[in-house]
Amino acid sequence: MSQQQTPASAALDQRSIELRKRIVQVLGRSGRGHVGASLSLVEILRVLFDSILKYDPQHPKWPERDRFILSKGHGCLALYILLQEKGFFAEEELWRFCRFDGILGGHPDPKVPGIEVSTGSLGHGLSIGVGMAVSARVERAARRVFVVLGDGECNEGSVWEAAMSAAKHKLDNLVVLVDYNKHQSYGSTREVLELEPFVDKWRSFGFSTRDVDGHDVPALERLLIATPFAIGQPSAIVCHTVKGKGIAFVENNLKWHHKSSLKETELQALMSALEGN
Amino acid sequence: MREACLQQVYELARQDERIFFIGSDLGVNTLNQFKAEMPDRFIMEGVAEQHVVGMAAGLALEGKIVYVNTISTFLTRRCFEQVVVDLCLHNLNVRLIGNGGGLVYAPLGPTHLAIEDLSILRAVPNMTIVAPADADEMRRLMPQTVDHIGPMYIRLAKGYDPIVTSDEVPFRIGKAIPMREGRDALVVSTGVTLKFALEASEALAAEGIQCAVLHMPTVKPLDVEAVRQRASITPVIVTIEENTRIGGLGSAVAEVIAEGDFDAIKRFRRIGIPDAFADHYGSQASLLEHYGISAAAIVGTVRDLCGRPTNQLAVESGR
Repeated sequence: MSQQQTPASAALDQRSIELRKRIVQVLGRSGRGHVGASLSLVEILRVLFDSILKYDPQHPKWPERDRFILSKGHGCLALYILLQEKGFFAEEELWRFCRFDGILGGHPDPKVPGIEVSTGSLGHGLSIGVGMAVSARVERAARRVFVVLGDGECNEGSVWEAAMSAAKHKLDNLVVLVDYNKHQSYGSTREVLELEPFVDKWRSFGFSTRDVDGHDVPALERLLIATPFAIGQPSAIVCHTVKGKGIAFVENNLKWHHKSSLKETELQALMSALEGN
Repeated sequence: MREACLQQVYELARQDERIFFIGSDLGVNTLNQFKAEMPDRFIMEGVAEQHVVGMAAGLALEGKIVYVNTISTFLTRRCFEQVVVDLCLHNLNVRLIGNGGGLVYAPLGPTHLAIEDLSILRAVPNMTIVAPADADEMRRLMPQTVDHIGPMYIRLAKGYDPIVTSDEVPFRIGKAIPMREGRDALVVSTGVTLKFALEASEALAAEGIQCAVLHMPTVKPLDVEAVRQRASITPVIVTIEENTRIGGLGSAVAEVIAEGDFDAIKRFRRIGIPDAFADHYGSQASLLEHYGISAAAIVGTVRDLCGRPTNQLAVESGR
C-alpha cells in the first residue's frame, strides 16, 4: 500500500459516532480541549481498548497488564472517554475535565487510574516505552507495551533516538502506532516539516512496519492481532487518519486543533454533524 | 571518585536485582565486570541523553532502580526536560551520576564545564542533589542511594581528590556534616571545596579566628536546621562551591539566613564561579584559582568580614 494514497475514509459505525458524541459532550462542559487531535484517535484507541490490551479496570496496577502510553498526550479526551467507559473511574470525573477539583487535565497524568505516565510534552513517551519493554523482557514477562505517537510529535529528535534504541534491543514486545492525520498546529505536516517517506523511515529505523486506514476498525484489529510482525523487531503501524474525523466542518480544519472557548452554537453544530453521519 | 562510585554500583547490583545501569556511549571497558556478570541489567546506549533519561524512567516505573552515567553537562542541560518531566514529576528512583562536576573538564572548554548543574536541578521539585567531597564519602553515600525515594543527582569530582572526610559523623542523605566548630565565623562548603574550607579554617585559627566548617554533601534538600543553628551563633558566614554563585549552595544558604529572623546582623559572602562563561582552558586547579575558589579566598573574605565594624556594613548595604 502506498503511504501517500492510503485512504483514511472508512465510514464510522454507530459505536465510533457515540464515542465522538461523548467527546463533544465533555468539550461542552469544559468549554475547551484539543478537538481535532482527539477525533482522529478514536478508532485507534477503541480497537486497543476493545480487543487488544490486557487490563483490569478494577485493578489498574495489575502487574501483568499491558502498558499503554498516549505519547501525544493532547489527544487525551478520547482516552478519558474510553477509560471511563471501561470502568477505570466514575463518569462524574468526565464532567470535571480541566477543572480545579477534577483529576482529568488537559494532558494525561498517572494519578488517573489507567494512565501509566504523564505525557503532553511531546517526544517523551517512546523512550519510556522502551524502558518498560526492556523491563518486561528482563523479567521474562508476557506483558507488552503500546505507544501512540502523533505525527507532529515525530518532529522531535528524541522520538528517533528512542526508535533506534528499540530496534537495537530487538523489542518485539513493543508496538508503536502513529496517528498520521497529516496536520499539526500551524499547518499540514508537509508544510511544517515533511515526514515522508514516513513508513520507510520507520522501516529504516529497524521497525517491522505496516500502514493502515486508521479509521477502519476491522483492518486495525487484524493488524494489531498480527503484532509482532517480526520476531526480534519492534512493530510500527502508521495509521492514516483525518484530523477532526467524523465532523465535516472540523475535518482538516486547523482552527479546530485546540479550542479554549466553545460557543453554544458551535457545540450544537458539532452534535448535529455527528448525528448526521 | 568516579571509580569508587561505579564500583559501588556494580557491588550494589550484585546484591539487588532491581538495580540497572545505563551509560551513554561511555569509555571503552567501563563496568566490564558488571556487563559480564549481569548483562541484562547493563545497558550502553548511544549519544542520546534525552532517550537515556526517558528509558531510565520507563525502567523505574517498573520498579527498577536505575543508575545513569555520563558527563554532567549532557546529563543536565541536554535532557533537562526529561529530567524534570520523566524523572522528577513522577518522583522516580533514577540516580544521575554526572562526571566532571564544576570545572573538571577545564581543557575542554565551556561546553563541558558543569557550572550551573547544582542551580538548575535545585529548582526542580523532588530532586535530591549530592556532591561528596572525596572517594571515601562517595563509598558512604552509595549504599544509601538504593532505597532513597525519588530522583537523585550525584555530582562527581575529578578523581584522586585528597581524602578529607572521615566516618566520625555518620553519613546521611540530607544531613550536614559539622567538620569544625568555631564562633567567629562559619564556612559552608559542598563537594571538593571542603578541602579549601578546612585549610582556611586552620590558617584562620592560627590568627586567632575560630572558624566553623559545615560540609554539605547534600545540596538539596538542604539541612536548613544545621545552617540556621550555626548561623545563629556566628556573625560571619561564607559559602564556597564549584558552581555559579547564582542558585547553588550559596544561594540556598543565603535564603536560610535572609529568612532566619536573626536579631544580630550577619555578614555573608558567596564564593563560587562568577556569572560568566570560562574564557580560559588549563586545568581545574588553574580555573579554581582564576575564579578565587580557594582556601586563600576564604581566609581573605573571613578576615575581612570579621575585622569590619558593624556600622561600616550598614553604610555599605545602604548604597
